[in-house]
Order: sequence, then C-alpha cells, then structure tokens
Amino acid sequence: MSLLRIRKPKTRKGKKVLLAREPQLIESARTMLFLDGRKCGGNVKLCMKDLQQLKKPLVKVLNRKNDITPFDDPTSLEFLTMKNDSALFTFGSTSKKRPDNIVLGRVFENEVLDMFELGIKRYQAIAEFKNEKIGTCVKPCLVFNGPKWAQSEELRRLRNLFIDTFQREKVDSIRLQGIEHVISFTVTDDLNILMRSYKILLKKSGQKTPRIELEEIGPSADFSIRRTKIASEDLYKLARKQPKTQNKSKKKNITLDSLGNTKGRVHLGKQQTGSIQTRRVKALRKTPEEKKANRQAKKVALKAAAQEALSS
Amino acid sequence: MDVVKAVLEKHQKELDKYKPISVEKHLECRLDVGTLLITDPNDFDDRQLKENREEYLAALTRDNTQLLVNAIWELSTERVDESIVAKLPEPTTILPRLRKVPGPRPLTKWEKFAKEKGIVKKKKDKKTYDETLDKWVPTYGFKRAEAEKEKEWVMEVPQNVDPNTDMFQKKMDLRNEKVAKNEIQRMKNIVRARKIDMPRSGYLGPEAASSNQLLTALTVAKSSTASVGKFQDKLPKEKEARGLGIKELIPGAKRKASHITDQPEKEANLDLIKSVLNKKPKLDVEKAISMQKRDDRLAREAEAGQQPAKKGSKKGGGKGSRKAVGKKPKGNRGQRAPGKKLQTGRKRR
Repeated sequence: MSLLRIRKPKTRKGKKVLLAREPQLIESARTMLFLDGRKCGGNVKLCMKDLQQLKKPLVKVLNRKNDITPFDDPTSLEFLTMKNDSALFTFGSTSKKRPDNIVLGRVFENEVLDMFELGIKRYQAIAEFKNEKIGTCVKPCLVFNGPKWAQSEELRRLRNLFIDTFQREKVDSIRLQGIEHVISFTVTDDLNILMRSYKILLKKSGQKTPRIELEEIGPSADFSIRRTKIASEDLYKLARKQPKTQNKSKKKNITLDSLGNTKGRVHLGKQQTGSIQTRRVKALRKTPEEKKANRQAKKVALKAAAQEALSS
Repeated sequence: MDVVKAVLEKHQKELDKYKPISVEKHLECRLDVGTLLITDPNDFDDRQLKENREEYLAALTRDNTQLLVNAIWELSTERVDESIVAKLPEPTTILPRLRKVPGPRPLTKWEKFAKEKGIVKKKKDKKTYDETLDKWVPTYGFKRAEAEKEKEWVMEVPQNVDPNTDMFQKKMDLRNEKVAKNEIQRMKNIVRARKIDMPRSGYLGPEAASSNQLLTALTVAKSSTASVGKFQDKLPKEKEARGLGIKELIPGAKRKASHITDQPEKEANLDLIKSVLNKKPKLDVEKAISMQKRDDRLAREAEAGQQPAKKGSKKGGGKGSRKAVGKKPKGNRGQRAPGKKLQTGRKRR
C-alpha cells in the first residue's frame, strides 16, 4: 500500500484547493473554461469573446494556444478543466479541414461527459449591433424553437448543454424588471442551429402582464453540427443523479401577514428577578470573614471531589 | 345596465389600443419556469423561414417569450428593496453534476473493528486530579505538556541501560515514533477508502514518481535482503531516504540487528564476552541477608559441636564436588574414544 501517491497539502491554501476538488453535496455555479486551439482567429475568436461576455463572471479564460484535439485525445483538456475547477469548456480552433470550429462540452468526474463540434457558418458579433445593450449578470430566458430538438438523443443532449451553458446560476427568485434578455435556439430541418439573442422590452398591455417586444442585440450565429461525442446512457444517468434533499425543518414563530410583512415572535425566557442589579447598600455587602468562609468551603468541596475522582 | 355596458366598452377600447398578450399555438409549448426555459415543438413556416428568416425568427421568439413571461407574471410576488420579485419554482430540467454525489464517509480500520466488537468511545474528563502535583491537570490540549513537564522534571535511568542515555530524549523519540505510526495508519485509511490498489512501495511509473519517491523505492529495495541490506554495495555519495514512514516500509528495519555490526567479527565477539564478564551482579538485599544469616548459623553450629558441623559441611559441599567426578554420562549417545581412558570417576561395570 503506497502512501506516496496520496498527496498531502503543504499549505493551508493548497488544502482548501484540494478540498474544493472533492465531491460536494451542493455544487457551486458551473464555470466555463475558454481554450484556444492551434489556430484560433476570425469568427471563432469573436464568438468566444462574446460567449465570455455573456457568461461573465463564471468564466476562466486561457490565452495561450493549445495543441489539443479534443475528439482524438481529450486528456490534456480534462486536466485543464480539473486544474481550473470548471465544469464546462469551449474550445475554439480553425483549420483548413474544419474552418471556424468551436467545441462546446462539459465534464463529469474529470472526464468529458459530452461535447459537440459546431462549425460557424455565419457570425455577427455583439459589437456589430449598434444599439443599447443589457447589463451584465442577467439571467436570460431560453427559447428552443423547432420540433427537432426532442426528436434525437444527440439534439436533446445538445439542448441540455445549451441550457447548462447559458442559464447562469440557479436562482429561487427573480426581479420582474430584470427579465431583459432572451436567447433563442432554432434547429432547422437540415440540422443547422440558429442562435439569436434579443433584448426584451416590456410594453404596456392594459393588463398586469406586460406585452413583450424584442430588439436584436447579438450575437447572432448559424452553426452546423460536425462531430459529436455523447455520454453513454448509464454515465449520463449517473451524472444527473441528484442528492437527496435534506428535510428542512419549518422555521418556527415566523408569520406573514396579509400585507406581505414578515413578523417574528421572540421568546425572552424567564426573568431572573433574584440576580437583577438593584441599589447597592452597605449593609448587604459581604464582610471579609464571610468571604473567607466562602473560599474555604469551596476549597474543601474541591478536595472532596478530587478524593472521589481518585477512589472511583 | 347602461352603466355596466359603458364601462365594459370603455375597457375594451382601452385594450384595443394595446397589442394583445395572448399567443395562439398549434401544439402546447413545454415550459420550465424555474430555468426560464420554453421549448416550442411546433413546425416552422418553411416559406417564411426561407424568405425573411430574421423577421420570422424574431416573431417566433417573441411569441414564445410572451408565453414564458405570462407564466412568470402569474407567480407569487414579493416586494424586496423597492422592486417586485417573483418566486421561481424548482427547475424541472435536470443538469448533470460536476462530480458524483458524495456518499457517507468510509470507516477507518479502527472504527470498523470497534463497531464489530461493540466498543464505544468513552469520553474522558477534561481535567483529572493528579496526586503527585496535588492539583487538577488537563487531560489533553492546552497546558497538558506543561503539567507533564512539571510532574516529570526528573527521570530515572534504569539499571540495564547505559547510564549516559538521555531519558528525556528517549521519551521524545518514542513519541515521535508514535506520531509517525499514526500518520502511516491515517494514510492507509485514505488509501483503503479510495479503494486504490497500490503496491506496498516501489516503482510507481515515470509519470507518477518524484525523485523522493524513487529514492524511497531504492532504499526499500536495497534493504530487502536477508540481512536487511547490510552488505549491499553503495555508490559514492549515495543518499538514503529519510523521513516519516520510511522505516515502516522496510521490513525488519526497526528490529535491532544485533548480529550485524560494522565492527570486525572478532572484536564484536570480544566485546560480547567482556560485557558478560564485566557484568556486575545485581545486589539483592534480601538474598544477601539470608546468605549472611546462613553463614552465621553455620559458624555458630561449628562452634557448638564439631562432628555434626563436619557432616553438614560435607553435605553442603556435595553439589560442588560433583564437578570433580567428571563428565555427565551420555547414555550411549556419546562417541567412544577406545584408546582414551577416563581419568576419574566411578568404575562402571
């Protein structure tokens, strides 16, 4: 049994890093790693830049070129995602055989779960749309158009991956005025994916619910699906296994009134009337004799306790 | 009635001013409000998609977003910091995790054993009464070592060890050894928990092993001989692996190799003889007293009557005189030396 291969952290920070890499019950938000291939420029670079802007601050960008071919040998890719503690990755490259190539994928247990190679057929960056943009860290609405999304396993996985990529964090409440971004993915009959991104304008409708108008803000892209690698059914099932939810005990003594105000009831406990500080009177003070006697009694009690402890 | 009609008409007129919020769909869209997601399974209008794609896509997306927004606006709302917040339901789309769901912590070897035997951990008191110090002393932790130092300010050197040994150092060494052992056991527990099949030691492959690990492997390998590597040749400037847990890997390294020393054999043996011969007998006071008493008694008896005393002295010397008789008979097992005649002893027939 070798003890040599188990790495022991040398510093406190290192220990923290190693602990963060262990399985956790509740995982933090999924960050995306951005990697450049051997050659990465033009539309691919623009597309990656825009994706980074959409996903900020859940991104980790590596600027060097990497001699990686994800579909042939993903080991170094897996290593980099492990090292950067990211769940998703985007790998951009361009070559003669596969021009404007972008690989989207995710990892499970430090191994690639699924990845999709998308070829960029047409690209319009965010900067090309000259209009008012949305703020950062906005949770977008996601729209999937087309009957094809649910028809094949590959496209279902791709849809899941797109949701994973763009949904940002899981939230339990949302500000109604903060719904201002929608990304739509349309799959056409010839299996091209049209990605569009719009700003939502809330207009009056005469009712409580507003009327929606859209304004395109970019990025707008047409992708074609090239190579794909999807996880086996078993692995995918294992990866989606969720922890059992802990039964949350109901919080006591908190009520909500009809106006929407939360009210709490506080228990103060029994009042100790005996030890309340009252006026100091000289007659009630302890004399030195009394204090001494008190101390003696305490000492005797301690000795007795010691004797008892020894004898038992 | 006229009033009601008028109000309704007015409302209708007001509504007509705005565009509608309702959307007609052939097939119902699947909504996941928790993730702000809508999937529209309806077929496209192919002609429109070809001719003016952008407008068509924008209109399609607008309709679907309107459906999603309608669903969101129906959720229960709350006012937080001057903004209206809608409470989202749990998302129905399950996304894969980054790592497996952690299971329960595997038991250590001791915990497993204790569970089998039903050993329950007893809680010790935080402080115990110390008789020699006549005060309460912490059982562990803060100021425990201080108390122990106070208690053991002097340590006796036992008679059977070298009088120059530092007993304090020895105690510290013993403690360090315990710590090292515990560390090894901890590591073993981790290995067991991860269910990794590993060699006990040795070469871990060129990618895995560091120079330190290689050195350890070398040291262990060299010491894997019958004589614990004592006679293995060394390279000039060769180092031995040192550190916690390395001695534990070497079989028999912790045993004292008494018969293997750096000294030449003859010298070592002479030392051994010297150590035996120079051994001072232990002074047993009671035995000494009893011997003295016996001598006194014999002397007294000798003075009282000479004859019985002589008998007694003869009897007393009986055991010692056997030496003069000769060798113990070997009961037909010894080798005969026909030419040699026994010099002394009883004549056997």
